[in-house]
Amino acid sequence: MYAILGDNGAGKTTLLRALAGLTKPTRGSISVSGSVDIRSVCPYFGYMAHPSLLYDEMNGTENLRYFARLYGIRNEQRCAEVIRLVGLDPQLARPVGQYSQGMRQRMSLARALIHDPKILFLDEPFSNVDASSTHEMVKLLVNMRDSGKTIVVVTHQAQLLEGAADEFVWMREGQIVSRTAAIPSPDRRESERQ
Amino acid sequence: MSLLAAITGAALAKDLRLEWRSKDAINAMLFFALLVVVIFSFSFNPTAEESRQIAGGLIWVAFLFAAVVALNQTWARELRNQVLDAYRVSPAPASALFLSKALGNFIFVSVLEALMAPLFIIFYSLRALGPAWQLIPIGALGTWAIVVNGTFFAAMSLRTRSREIMLPLLLFPISIPALLATVNATSLILTGEASAKVWIALLVAYDVVFTTGCLLLFETVLHAE
Repeated sequence: MYAILGDNGAGKTTLLRALAGLTKPTRGSISVSGSVDIRSVCPYFGYMAHPSLLYDEMNGTENLRYFARLYGIRNEQRCAEVIRLVGLDPQLARPVGQYSQGMRQRMSLARALIHDPKILFLDEPFSNVDASSTHEMVKLLVNMRDSGKTIVVVTHQAQLLEGAADEFVWMREGQIVSRTAAIPSPDRRESERQ
Repeated sequence: MSLLAAITGAALAKDLRLEWRSKDAINAMLFFALLVVVIFSFSFNPTAEESRQIAGGLIWVAFLFAAVVALNQTWARELRNQVLDAYRVSPAPASALFLSKALGNFIFVSVLEALMAPLFIIFYSLRALGPAWQLIPIGALGTWAIVVNGTFFAAMSLRTRSREIMLPLLLFPISIPALLATVNATSLILTGEASAKVWIALLVAYDVVFTTGCLLLFETVLHAE
């Protein structure tokens, strides 16, 4: 599990979008699972963005059922299973537009997990999620990491991933400036900036 | 092919469900088309013969303008919460999304036409002197010509700042041959002066060419930044 850290505008989200094939890099090349053709490997990764990527007018199950079809999944049980996995109730009939921000984040994670991807790209998955739900989400990510998935998390809340992430990647002005096994101390980060 | 059909079906069902719940496109189109019919009926006071001559043009101009209202809505709900990105990172073919949107718009505009046609008949005292059944294929072909290009150009103008203005600027010029064929075919059926077969053949050719072109180019449009 990789935690991508950095100030606003450091290029964390752009990096994640480039890895997911949504943005073309202005320089260099990107290879995911050994392939430079991101479209050919897209069935293997799940992408969770800062916006929910969900239709507000449909409920969680309807949303997941639609996105599952895009991956050729017709198993109704899978949708309920993933919704339960992120701590929500599959019977919830409310449209996603009426969910709290935290519920929306969890449903967005469920959407990214619907096809059981090998690689997960998560952009700010813990923003606006309450403390206990955040703890549950981190536990879920650790379980997925332990089951062999690669997880790349962009976050401002690095401390949540302490002990969970294998590498903390610090970015500044579009560049990776440090890679450490633990969260760099504020002093060290300041000295690195200088 | 079955994957394409399955994803097209799923995306179409989703669009119909969203429209059924919000009624954004159909309400706006209906209101707009109704206004056009009423304003036209106040502006002209034609005889029955004059009505047959001009009704084809009036009907299709009203449908074209009303369709633009729906076409502008087509991609709007894909932009909310950036849902389109979820499709772009999936392995689903771009052509399935395009087909579902075009079919959805075809259904919406056809519903509008079915509701508005009786009003035109009443307001302009229309009675076809030619084979009236041919109005059905003409309507279907003309509507497909508008929505297939409209769906494509609406997607193209998605990332432009003033996309509501950009869509008609792109769509109207390219729709001129189809509009010409549809209006002439409709007028010929209403007046019964000659056969509309040449215009129908032109519409078929136009639809085949532009549907193929749009399907081939849509992947580039979808994945453009």
